[in-house]
Amino acid sequence: MSAPPGPAGSDSAAVATPVEKKAVGPARETLHYAVRNPKLLIGFTVVALLLALGLFGPPLLDTTDPNAYGGPQAAPPDSTYWMGTTTFGQDVYAQFVHGLRATFLVGAVGGAIAAVVAMLVGFFAGYRGGVLDELLTMVTNVVLVIPALAVLLIINAYLGVRSVPVQGVFIGLTSWPWAARAIRAQTFTLRTREFVDLARLSGSGTWRIVFREIAPNMSSYLFMMFILLFGGSVLIASSLDFIGLGPTGGVSLGLMLQSAQQWSALQLGMWWWFVPPGAGITAIVGALYVANVGLDEVFNPKLRES
Amino acid sequence: MARARRGTSTGAPLRRYFARKLLVYALTFVVAVTVNWMIPRFMPGDPVASMVSRARVSQPEAAEAMHAYYNNLFGFDEPVWQQYLHFWSALLQGDFGLSVWVFPTPVSDVLLDALPYTLGLMIPAVLLSWIVGNWAGALAARRKVLDNTVLPAGYLLTAMPYMWIAVILAWALGSKAGWFPISGGYSLDIQPSWTLDFALDLAHHWVLPFLSLFLVALGGWAIGMRNMIIYELESDYSSYLSALGAPQRLIRRYAFRNAVLPQVTGLALQLGVLVAGALVTEIVFAYPGLGSLILAAIQNQDFFLLQGAFLFIVIGVLIANFVIDVVYVLVDPRTRTGMAGGQS
Repeated sequence: MSAPPGPAGSDSAAVATPVEKKAVGPARETLHYAVRNPKLLIGFTVVALLLALGLFGPPLLDTTDPNAYGGPQAAPPDSTYWMGTTTFGQDVYAQFVHGLRATFLVGAVGGAIAAVVAMLVGFFAGYRGGVLDELLTMVTNVVLVIPALAVLLIINAYLGVRSVPVQGVFIGLTSWPWAARAIRAQTFTLRTREFVDLARLSGSGTWRIVFREIAPNMSSYLFMMFILLFGGSVLIASSLDFIGLGPTGGVSLGLMLQSAQQWSALQLGMWWWFVPPGAGITAIVGALYVANVGLDEVFNPKLRES
Repeated sequence: MARARRGTSTGAPLRRYFARKLLVYALTFVVAVTVNWMIPRFMPGDPVASMVSRARVSQPEAAEAMHAYYNNLFGFDEPVWQQYLHFWSALLQGDFGLSVWVFPTPVSDVLLDALPYTLGLMIPAVLLSWIVGNWAGALAARRKVLDNTVLPAGYLLTAMPYMWIAVILAWALGSKAGWFPISGGYSLDIQPSWTLDFALDLAHHWVLPFLSLFLVALGGWAIGMRNMIIYELESDYSSYLSALGAPQRLIRRYAFRNAVLPQVTGLALQLGVLVAGALVTEIVFAYPGLGSLILAAIQNQDFFLLQGAFLFIVIGVLIANFVIDVVYVLVDPRTRTGMAGGQS
């Protein structure tokens, strides 16, 4: 379920574009374009600011428990409670900065695991070909067709105690197929290149060729894919939290939305309860997507605006 | 690349293409059923005991009967392979077990009641967002001004969680403006019937959930189409055509045709996400479809209903994927030339 709508198109475009980083030039040139790309800068700045808020926000608060009851009930934002309070007098801002942590954690864990699985499956299917490819492609297609959320729903419903890292692991294990397919296609185009042939002639093993020759040549692509998987994990986690299958005893942006919904914030007109968490998720995921487009322009000379 | 394409079109690809797809679908179904069967057996805890206690059946005989029924259905006393086979044979007879939440009703009946609402929401949302998104993306690729508005709006929409845009719409257009009802599939004071009044009421309740699904999906299609068109316009055949002096309109038409194909594949890839979106959107609006049922199943620990819903969703996605495969063959000229005997 994880292919965020962006990559469906950009993914196939990237697959078809040659990824000869060696031909583009040294890393300095990439950096030169990177610091001049507004999309990349804006995207990463927004993500960095929110990450900083998640990291340094909680220690700066008076309380350590974001769910603590106290303060006025259902108060709109003011100078003491920047994002207002919930029906129970919980500080929405405290919940928000704590929730950002859960969001980044689930994105990092889910994105990393999905990227590792996708790379293993994609590289070996694409490089080895033959029966192994048939088999791995079949597995990929099977997992691709089963909606990840449906699997996560039943697994999560049975698990008693839930935590953010566990949620991330499950999301990672179900959201890799589209990325594996894309990597496989990329590997296909690289495996017949001269430098790979040369490595094979010089007696390098599959493992070594894949990780020394092929992977470095698509490192920019892999990085972009990780970003999309990260954003996808954040969105899936927020859906699970919203359904009531989020981490138990914690706080996350998705859980905030769930409790706002559960306690009729909408009917009561308490917009400050449900606007910040959703805006936080949208800002993180949106900024990642925009940064991704920026990266594409940096790595791919064809897309650069003159 | 071109050689490879011609190669595949000269064989007898169509039958092989569908044989392969059907194999994947059959395998997927087997895997899904197996996962469904495995989970209550390999997860910690005693699902039967917890289900019986959750059902809050007052008479001890009824609780006893339920316990026996579940144990019998799960067949925990039988060898594992037999349990597995029984699960399959029951399933193939359409037996999904009984719902705990609405006790004596079969799960399949509960699901079939909810299905029309989910389909009525999803099918128009998926198709219209795809069509409008591709159209907007293609326009954006052509005009710089449009591009500067479509692209940021597209990224914003794709990055929004489904339930959040649903909540925002319900708040703005429902609570504040009061144009649309924000919960339920129809008003509580009318009975479902084949009358115009009911149909209008149904449509009125349908607008907001539809709109939220439509909007989130829209952005992704627009961006995808824009990127593909730009990529196609930079490709060799486009430069060749313009070097020959072909009119821009013709080049764009070719670019559009080539760009639409990956979008059809993208639709198949996105189905899982769209199903997830429909489920959480239904929960926001308390829309009486599968999503609301799943929520009720989770809250009431009705694992039969949950598992039944899971299988329903998988079957639905498989059918939708198959339809997309057929459409793909119809719109992809390469598979069509293969079908006609392959002249190229």
